[in-house]
Amino acid sequence: MALSNVVETPASGFNFENVCRNVALEGLLQGGQTKAPKPMKTGTTIAGVLCKNGVVLGADTRATSGEVVADKMCAKIHYISPNIYCCGAGTAADTEKTTDLLSSNLTIFSMNSGRNPRVVMAVNILQDMLFRYRGQIGASLILGGVDCTGNHLYKVGPYGSIDNVPYLAMGSGDLAALGILEDRFKADMEMEEAKELVRDAIHSGIMSDLGSGNNIDICVITKQGVDYIRPYQESEYKDKRQRRYKYRPGTTSILTEKIVPLELEVVQETVQRMDTA
Amino acid sequence: MNTRGLRSQLKDSVPVTGMGQQVGAYGVQDTLRSGFSSVKNELLPSHALELSEKNFQLNQDKMNFSNLRNIQGLHAPLKLQMEYRAARQIQRLPFLQSSHLALDTLKGNDESISFEDILNDPSQSEMVGEPHIMMEYKLGLM
Repeated sequence: MALSNVVETPASGFNFENVCRNVALEGLLQGGQTKAPKPMKTGTTIAGVLCKNGVVLGADTRATSGEVVADKMCAKIHYISPNIYCCGAGTAADTEKTTDLLSSNLTIFSMNSGRNPRVVMAVNILQDMLFRYRGQIGASLILGGVDCTGNHLYKVGPYGSIDNVPYLAMGSGDLAALGILEDRFKADMEMEEAKELVRDAIHSGIMSDLGSGNNIDICVITKQGVDYIRPYQESEYKDKRQRRYKYRPGTTSILTEKIVPLELEVVQETVQRMDTA
Repeated sequence: MNTRGLRSQLKDSVPVTGMGQQVGAYGVQDTLRSGFSSVKNELLPSHALELSEKNFQLNQDKMNFSNLRNIQGLHAPLKLQMEYRAARQIQRLPFLQSSHLALDTLKGNDESISFEDILNDPSQSEMVGEPHIMMEYKLGLM
């Protein structure tokens, strides 16, 4: 239906029409019992370590929405390009969409130029995008990858700040993880040692932080390829809920069987020819 | 250039410093089309990003052109702006979907994806404008 108060096609991108209404609703709801629904945050521990032949990234798998665990097997290590992976902490939707956009842009670039993208390119694109929105997009990311210039590990904050250090941790459990990393990190570690270090860092985050939990995922990126181990270690506190509540055939035993034949007699028979040319 | 369309050209190219107002006849706010007005709503942007997002493309272009002018001289931004102006005219009437293919290729938007391409796609918008009114607004007759 054509409306006569629309004089221009609406601009694409973010739409701020409902902001006043939302602010007013917040004010109304504070007095009452109900609260506005909280977005799903990843409330996370993510960590990354540079080792001799590549990069090791690790993350837990719990996603929380307020005080409830929303997802027990959340995948926080996102694919960016064949040689770059990214762990995301913060609002779950923001990290998903931002890494998706980054991955699409880098794919277009690789198709245009015929090469694998460099990690600095991914970091710069992310920094521009996040700074443009002044931190309203709550995505804290750890990017790790191997390209022609070597192994790289970067941290990008929600306001667009970058940090380039050999070991990193982010999320609500970062202090606990950083303690382990500070204690045992050495330059040029072997791959297995680095994997154990990241596992221990995530484990301490899971133990000490309410927002992190469940399983540990590890992603190892080397020049030869990527090894995405999901889960690297499952938590001991698995719940034994059944997913399906159907009974297997043969659960109830058959006691008696009685067959009654149904007798029908032919009353009328008509034949209609079908034209199959 | 059609002088009747000059006012609409001005509307698009002048950077918006405050919230746009629907001005009707005699310079008074058009209550029939845009509803009752409240001074507070007009003066303050409701969201921190609203103003910066509205002007983002304009500011980027200004910055890029002034950089180009400093590096290569005045001719570079002038030539580019001439091409942009020519490409911008290749579009359908305002209430129809135009692909802006030439303009996108010139600006380099065909090789990148951002939130403008995903959110609020104009071809999927729920509100459709009245063709005559949109044409009048574009020609500056409103």
